[in-house]
Amino acid sequence: MTRRYAAHAGVSAELGPDGRTRLTRLRSDGPLALRETPDALYLVGAAAGPLGGDELTLDLEVGPGARLAVRSAASTLALPGAGESRLTVRAWVGAGGCLDFAPEPTVAAAGSRHRALAGIDLAEGAALRWREELILGRHGEQPGRHTGRLDVTVGGVPLLRHELCLDEEAAVRSGAVLGGATAVGSVLLAGPGLPVPRAHAGDGLAVLPLAGPGVLVTALAADSATLRRRLDEGEALARQAETGSAAGAGAVSSR
Amino acid sequence: MDAGLLLLADSRLPAGAHAHSGGLEPAASAGAVTDVAGLTGFLRGRLATTGLVTAALAAAACAGGSGGWVRLDREADARTPSPAQRQASRAQGRSLLRAVRTAWPNAGLEALSAVAEAGPHHPIVLGATTAVAGGGPGEAAAIAAYGAVTGPASAAVRLLGLDPLAVHRALAGLAPHIDAVAVRAAGYATGDPADLPAASAPLLDLYAELHLHADLRLFES
Repeated sequence: MTRRYAAHAGVSAELGPDGRTRLTRLRSDGPLALRETPDALYLVGAAAGPLGGDELTLDLEVGPGARLAVRSAASTLALPGAGESRLTVRAWVGAGGCLDFAPEPTVAAAGSRHRALAGIDLAEGAALRWREELILGRHGEQPGRHTGRLDVTVGGVPLLRHELCLDEEAAVRSGAVLGGATAVGSVLLAGPGLPVPRAHAGDGLAVLPLAGPGVLVTALAADSATLRRRLDEGEALARQAETGSAAGAGAVSSR
Repeated sequence: MDAGLLLLADSRLPAGAHAHSGGLEPAASAGAVTDVAGLTGFLRGRLATTGLVTAALAAAACAGGSGGWVRLDREADARTPSPAQRQASRAQGRSLLRAVRTAWPNAGLEALSAVAEAGPHHPIVLGATTAVAGGGPGEAAAIAAYGAVTGPASAAVRLLGLDPLAVHRALAGLAPHIDAVAVRAAGYATGDPADLPAASAPLLDLYAELHLHADLRLFES
């Protein structure tokens, strides 16, 4: 018999009268433990997992003009259990606010069934940096089932709806989807003051200017270190075109 | 089967589909597809991602009527991060619109030209036309899913010199998967457009951009 968590954590960041952001709400719950540090809010794994059956929700509210950076202390290891595990991250960013979400990778361990959903509503004039990295199994093992979906709207208009599903191996392993890659990831930069960068494609890396105000960097690799290096390279390329922009995602720290 | 819908699904419809390989040409150039087995995998991958997404958009455009086309066109943009693929989808949408306005003259289709300045995305035109030609969301999804696979397959015959009989044996083997994707896609036709599938194919995105800058190419995409 395995334990199951139904946890709901949340944080609210607001701009104070002194021009600094303060956390007006910080609620940890179960495995979703949150720790405030001077440089970022950290997700600290307070339990193994997620395990099959876990239902985890994290709410991130960033008020107008406020800034919030979210990191994690370690990778997330999705493990088998009683059914499917689910992590839902919901975020709201007000005008002039900025959310920089870049946790460590998620590893889809053999036999796991995990669903990672992220829904982000940006107000007009809000900025976002959102990084996701997925490792297909621990060393030498077949990955579990994984579905990741990212939905981002700006002022109610869809900017990006992006899903990656590992359920159908013949499709995933094909020369159209992931090929032989065992690590896949993306960084979305969105917000005002982003001049349209040029599209770029190279070795396992693509920099894709979106139809709306944003750029998606996607990368594929054989290991997590190479994946991170490619995403960093892609992000640098995406930011090159931003030189001279005073505000927006260009001002978000890349670390 | 309705002959009008067969015409819409036919690659001989003069709608410019022959100019696009659905990412097969850059995949072949990169050495990712070299034989029938590699092609079969590529088609499975394309069907499960772009195929599902475009089939669902076509089904929704067919079911919803002209009032929903602008929203669906934006939803198509949000599901197509690659600028080269957005461009290819709108180019094919424009070509298809030109063909169907002549073949199926209907006042209901006129609103399509106002959907976006660069022309509507291909599945929006396909779904709208399917309705005019007497089909429903299921047929719109089936035609879209079928085209997502047959286009690159015939491009592979031309590019890699593959045996057309062997390629068609592979296509026949994929038929149940095409049907399954179409049924799944049609299931989203009347729901919230935000919930439409958004399956991505990172390699197809990468190849689409590489292809745009390739020196020598036979297909536009």
